[in-house]
Amino acid sequence: MTRASNGEPLVRMEGIVKRFPGVLANDHVDFELLPGEIHALLGENGAGKTTLMNILYGIYQPDEGQIFVKGRRVRIRSPRDAIRLGIGMVHQHFLLVDKHTVAENLAMGYAKSFLNPLREVKARIRDFTERYGIQVDPDAYIWQLSVGEQQKVEIVKALYAGADILILDEPTSVLTPQEARDLFNVLRRMREDGKGIVFITHKLSEVFEVADRVTVMRRGKVVGTLRVEEATKEALARMMVGRDVVFELERTPGRPGEPVLEVRDLTVLGDRGREAVRGVSFEVREGEIFGIAGVAGNGQRELVQAIVGLRRVKSGSVRVTGVDATNRSPREIAELGVGHIPEERLKFGIVPDMSVAENSVLKSYYRPPYRKGLLLDYGEIRRTAESLINEYEIAVPSPDTRARLLSGGNMQKLIVGREIRRDPKLIVASNPTFGLDVGATEYIRKLLLRKRDERKAILLVSGDLDEVIQLSDRIAVMFEGRFVGIVRPEEVTREEIGLMMSGSEVLP
Amino acid sequence: MIEAKLVENILWIGLRSATPLLLAALGEIYAERSGILNLGVEGMMAVGALSSFATALVTGNPWLGVLIGMLSGGLLAMIHGAISIGLKGNQVVSGLALTMFGLGLSSVLGRVYVGNQLPVEARFLPKPVEPLSSIPVLGRVLFDQDPLFYISLLLALVMWFLLYRTKYGIIIRSTGENPAAVDAMGISVNRVRYLSTLIGGVLAGLAGAYLSVAYNPAWIENMTAGRGWIALALVIFSLWDPIRALLGSYLFGVVEASGYTLQAYGYSQWLLNGLPYLLTIIILTLGATESMRRRMGAPAALGRPYEREER
Repeated sequence: MTRASNGEPLVRMEGIVKRFPGVLANDHVDFELLPGEIHALLGENGAGKTTLMNILYGIYQPDEGQIFVKGRRVRIRSPRDAIRLGIGMVHQHFLLVDKHTVAENLAMGYAKSFLNPLREVKARIRDFTERYGIQVDPDAYIWQLSVGEQQKVEIVKALYAGADILILDEPTSVLTPQEARDLFNVLRRMREDGKGIVFITHKLSEVFEVADRVTVMRRGKVVGTLRVEEATKEALARMMVGRDVVFELERTPGRPGEPVLEVRDLTVLGDRGREAVRGVSFEVREGEIFGIAGVAGNGQRELVQAIVGLRRVKSGSVRVTGVDATNRSPREIAELGVGHIPEERLKFGIVPDMSVAENSVLKSYYRPPYRKGLLLDYGEIRRTAESLINEYEIAVPSPDTRARLLSGGNMQKLIVGREIRRDPKLIVASNPTFGLDVGATEYIRKLLLRKRDERKAILLVSGDLDEVIQLSDRIAVMFEGRFVGIVRPEEVTREEIGLMMSGSEVLP
Repeated sequence: MIEAKLVENILWIGLRSATPLLLAALGEIYAERSGILNLGVEGMMAVGALSSFATALVTGNPWLGVLIGMLSGGLLAMIHGAISIGLKGNQVVSGLALTMFGLGLSSVLGRVYVGNQLPVEARFLPKPVEPLSSIPVLGRVLFDQDPLFYISLLLALVMWFLLYRTKYGIIIRSTGENPAAVDAMGISVNRVRYLSTLIGGVLAGLAGAYLSVAYNPAWIENMTAGRGWIALALVIFSLWDPIRALLGSYLFGVVEASGYTLQAYGYSQWLLNGLPYLLTIIILTLGATESMRRRMGAPAALGRPYEREER
């Protein structure tokens, strides 16, 4: 691949150690980035990839170790220092001001003129469009842009600041496959320009598609750095997880029965008062997993919230087991036999500062056997928690531990266990494996399949296209509040679903 | 002819009583645009009023009074800043405390001045600008005012321009919307917020000074009379925009002035005096709910301390 004549690395990190309370996030990590290379940083969630790059970007201070940028030893105390050294970072969560235009977002930091700062900014943006093929409209408001476009703004931001070292944190997790390919093209053009790019990912396929070299991390340590030509998918997976990984889940064809959830012409308003869900109709049958795919922010969240009673339905109806559940309270809907595995588990799934025991009865504490007259029967509550801990293999010292202290995987097992224990007829799962490690992900996915085989109806909403394809019997693709289509996974290709995710109708 | 005179009178008084509202609202707009909610406006105004009155009384110089009033307003605002920016405390609690502190302080220290009058040379008096002031009705309303009135008008325009047409304006607005984005640009969120809060305090102090050095001929107990709260409502009413705050404050002022003037015509003075406050309650109620605020375009990070994400 193209490599600048000057072989000196852009970045060298040596023996980086970073401790967080109770976690060794980086354990003597060495990392090197050359000019004109795309370097993938591969690892599971929690492997320490993002921590390492946050250190390079000055967000965290390393406890030990040295950083060299372009041959000079540096201390990077803040993003400002990093920017000055020519380091740019595109975070997973974009740091943009929604209500402002693209140009305003850039002018805030980089405009030189005090008056009329927008004019110079717009000219520079056009520059980047020509040089790297990044298409952005400087006058568009951020909230009008798709996630993929917002990501381009972030990249322009980094380039604007003069970055020749660009860090991208899981950049494709929010993109359609087509948008991802666009991004890769932009990255290749930047590579030709001699820039060094760090590409954080946990997706093996992307490593092979775009990277020149790959550094694999596991549990805070570097397992190895290889040239991509020398690597195989299996070898990388083994390095990443520490054992052999099965890529396929076993799935028998479903045998759908009676409809459990019936949604008719559902329209729901989003936070800003605009229609987020626009006339959606579908049903989920017993013994079926109905998947909803789509880029995050196309109304999936609002749809789920309307179904489980967390958001008002503007028009249309929701029926659960034939009973009207439209605009009923979350408790009434839960009592109809709906279990909910929410996204953002720390925010909506548990009460972080209450104990595991208390969290395990959040949806049933008000009834016997947990309620005894005006009081709660803590003995019974603890017994329930203990049985959940055993049955779902939740690693926790005691039922009295605060739920906040659980790892993501264990937290999710607690939530899933709590919901399933109530024996729901319908399980609504939003991004159930988001941010979980491979082991926990496998566990949750298998559990959902098993519940399907036990004749539960399951509504699965996920931003992870592979997950939706792997688990679902039918897939609806959501775009701008509507279903672009409902397909069977065996009848379409991943590419076709990807196209539908960007709004084009593909009729198989 | 009597009607024209009446209207002229209402408008003239209205714009005068609008001036302190405008000044305080302008300052609070900057504070809130940077994400800092300062409910201490009333307290800062009260202290500003007292300190400027005392200074003008002792030195006989109204400008010196205004300067001290602004300084003391700014000083109080820095207490709020230290608590809500430095210590990441609860802004509502801190602001309310500031109001109570300021009101208490001004009434205790102001007791000796009750009934005292500033000598004419230590006050700002309306002065007609010839020949513009002889335009019928509007002449007196717009061109027979005191210097602070013109300053407040100019300030509204300048502050609008700064906020919407310059880089610093973009920075202030961005800080109130998404401080993390500002931080990521390498700009200090705290510095922006301290500065904006300071501007808020200085202008609240100036608003107080206007009350005691230009508006009221003598020191009275409870000089501010809830005007700080009206200014806070104005900020919401104006949707955080200095020009709309200008129009809004003149509307409020005229409503208030109609109260004074119309009671002479037999309308219930209690009802009329209550009008501005009623308007305030309605606006504050409308602006109280989170979703309403979001829809009306309140700064998204308003009232929320900014902390860099650490694990």
